[in-house]
Amino acid sequence: MANQFDVIIVGGGPAGYVCAIRAAQLGLSTAVVEKDKLGGVCVNIGCIPTKALLHSAMVANIVSHDAKDLGVEVGAVKTDYGVAMKRSRKVSEQNSKGVEFLMKKHKVTVIKGAGVLQAGRKVKVGSDLYEAKKAVVLATGSRTKGIPQIGLELDRKLVISSDEALFLEQAPKSIAIVGAGAVGTEFADIFNAFGSKVWLIEALPRMLPVEDAESSDAIARLYKKRGIEVRAGAAVKKATVGKDKVTLEVESAGQKETIEAEKVLMAAGRAVNTESMGFKEAGVQLTDRGFVKVDLATLETTAPGVYAIGDVAGPPMLAHKGSREGVFVAELISGHKPAAIKYDNIPGVTYCHPEVASIGLTEEQCKEKKLDHQVGRFPFSANGRARASNETDGFVKIIRGKKYGEILGAHIVGSHASEMIHELAVARENEFTVEEVDLAVHAHPTLSEAIAEAALDSMGRVMHI
Amino acid sequence: MATKVVMEALSPTMEEGRLVEWKKKEGDTIAVGDVLAEVETDKAVMELVARAAGTLLKLAVPVGTTVPVANVVAWIGTPGESVGDGAPPPPPAPARAGTPASAAPVAPLTPPTAAAPAAPGRVKASPLARKIAADRGLDLGAIAGSGPAGRVIARDLDGARPAAAMRAAPPAAAGGYEDVPLSQIRKTIAKRLAQSIGPIPTFYLTTDVDMTRMWEAREALVGTQRGAGAGAGEVKVSFNDIIIKATASALLRHPACNAWWQDDHIRVWHEVHVGMAVAIPDGLITPVIRHAEGKSLREIAAESKDLATRARERKLTPEEYTGSTFSISNLGMLEIEHFTAIINPPEAGILAVGKIRDEAVVVEGQVRVRKAMRLTMSCDHRVIDGATGAQFLKTLKQMLENPLALVF
Repeated sequence: MANQFDVIIVGGGPAGYVCAIRAAQLGLSTAVVEKDKLGGVCVNIGCIPTKALLHSAMVANIVSHDAKDLGVEVGAVKTDYGVAMKRSRKVSEQNSKGVEFLMKKHKVTVIKGAGVLQAGRKVKVGSDLYEAKKAVVLATGSRTKGIPQIGLELDRKLVISSDEALFLEQAPKSIAIVGAGAVGTEFADIFNAFGSKVWLIEALPRMLPVEDAESSDAIARLYKKRGIEVRAGAAVKKATVGKDKVTLEVESAGQKETIEAEKVLMAAGRAVNTESMGFKEAGVQLTDRGFVKVDLATLETTAPGVYAIGDVAGPPMLAHKGSREGVFVAELISGHKPAAIKYDNIPGVTYCHPEVASIGLTEEQCKEKKLDHQVGRFPFSANGRARASNETDGFVKIIRGKKYGEILGAHIVGSHASEMIHELAVARENEFTVEEVDLAVHAHPTLSEAIAEAALDSMGRVMHI
Repeated sequence: MATKVVMEALSPTMEEGRLVEWKKKEGDTIAVGDVLAEVETDKAVMELVARAAGTLLKLAVPVGTTVPVANVVAWIGTPGESVGDGAPPPPPAPARAGTPASAAPVAPLTPPTAAAPAAPGRVKASPLARKIAADRGLDLGAIAGSGPAGRVIARDLDGARPAAAMRAAPPAAAGGYEDVPLSQIRKTIAKRLAQSIGPIPTFYLTTDVDMTRMWEAREALVGTQRGAGAGAGEVKVSFNDIIIKATASALLRHPACNAWWQDDHIRVWHEVHVGMAVAIPDGLITPVIRHAEGKSLREIAAESKDLATRARERKLTPEEYTGSTFSISNLGMLEIEHFTAIINPPEAGILAVGKIRDEAVVVEGQVRVRKAMRLTMSCDHRVIDGATGAQFLKTLKQMLENPLALVF
């Protein structure tokens, strides 16, 4: 039967398409249902294009502020967000094409259209009915949202989300960003570099609230230095959307402030895509928080043979978490016994400048859990490579268990933190302790030497400080 | 891949176990903690429990086989799953902490193939698991790993029993001792004496105890017990119980004799755990009366009877026959007047108790009949010097000669 597959995956984002490749590798006939472009939010309107814009922002900052000191004079610097945006679109298109190619290469059938789940492991796309012999995998992802309760419903003109910010022809003169998690913090970096006046407003007591407080404080300090108005612990009391500007009444630390901005960018959370896709009718239940309810050991939903992966299956809403779940479910469906996903060992990265990366527990969480711990730190200002490449902002912080030296958490603020965190991810995955991290010889001169030094510092043996 | 079930070190000294009986059969559904088999160790018949849940896929060892610790005896998994690659898993690693590896050749595990295993492999374990195991005295080779390719990870050690630690210290004894570093003179004594006589330089102290008054006191006590209709379960107090009690009290006053030789230091115990040698059909076992210093005669009597009974039935758990700080061997009931007992290391002393006999003694020119008992203490000279042992023995003698001392 032409409309029958072993596995049907609804959603072709980083969770769904990775699941499809792994399922195909394991010999299952596989189909992916995608209503838009392959690669999902990540490739098209998320991770990838923002990284392209952030790269432009970094170049703008280096050229404007550092080049002269480095012996490179470029004269007056002019930035053009429209050009940067168009480049980012090309990058996204290349990546989406890349996913299409991968689907062909692995003989995964791509069904264009919106999938609607039916009872009994079936998916309807338009008027066609597809049947999965082994499993249906829901990878429907998430989308941007506003906060209508405070008058900030997305109108996608003045009150915008990342979806619109990624397509602006020019940087706004001023922009207020609501939410200082990874998305808000990254866009603040981008628009600041492209000349916008930026307010970054966070309701929780500090920006990057899920990161270690030292990381948050370091970025807040550097942002303020760059002229970004950071307002943490701030509540938007009232929002008035005018004809060409938005007025926000913001209260922080008892102080009231009126902010007028050309645009407001909503970056406070995302909504998961669970509606009008037949979930409820097919027996797929949701949690109180609106995610699809899954058995954490198998990622199976309350409907037998139906699995959920990625954002829709629960936090953290990260592409790499979704991809891992995709691999896990594909292996499970094909009768393998995949290693359990270690949800406590998923790195988190914010690609602002300098970058922030972390894995495991924050120092605060160690205290809350009453874990006997020891903190080791090493600042990049004491690292030779960082000095040479003019990247001395930030630090490496490693929290080790006092008794056995296991790595409870690691936090990096630095120009290449996103690339460096994986040494600690591998260490934690394999239960290496700080001693093994130190014993591994680190090349000199590298930024990664700071990791070995932080490990040493946690044992009271730091060398270069 | 299915999870392997390995022969675990069920007793501190166990290097191999004989599979006595399978309690489950292939195809049975297994929950964690289910008893899979009965295994005869060097000391007792113990239960081998499941560490993983699933279906019992394969029993790799027939009843009666003797299997080295850490070798696979069965597989648990999901029906239809393959059980490993068929090759016998690595035997215990030679460098395992705690337990000396058996030098004996490894018994074939799967009779049909009867393939001898390859050279001893190392135990796969994460660095963190190794640190925790070293700290807690766990034997990594006896633990089924849940990491990639059976690697032991920290989580697998949750609830694992400290095999080596059990040998090193009674479970409830944390803080009940003081580690004393060796003085130079002690080091010299230890070295020279060990060279002279053997690894444990032993000397013997013998004394005669006048048990007349104790005899009368016990007769009266047993009479009272009988008279009071001695409720069901009331155990008759034996001389051995009295000696245990008196020894514990005397050791409290002479902690130097209640100590362990620990190679680089001496562990002086402030608690008294008395090991009492019990003959069993094919050997000897020393169940332990824990905290004998704080127990009444009645408690000691009940406990020693229970331990001795179960020792003969080979029903003791390792906790019940390890961790003693001093031992007593009594051959009085076998008509032995005097003997010397062999020290049970790391303890520093053992008391050999002879039979209570009638002896004619001259008191103030008159020949009188007294109840006499000969005690001989074997002392590890690295820990106990002659005078130290003698003073302890003197206190013990005085206590046994004056029954009131037992409650003093």
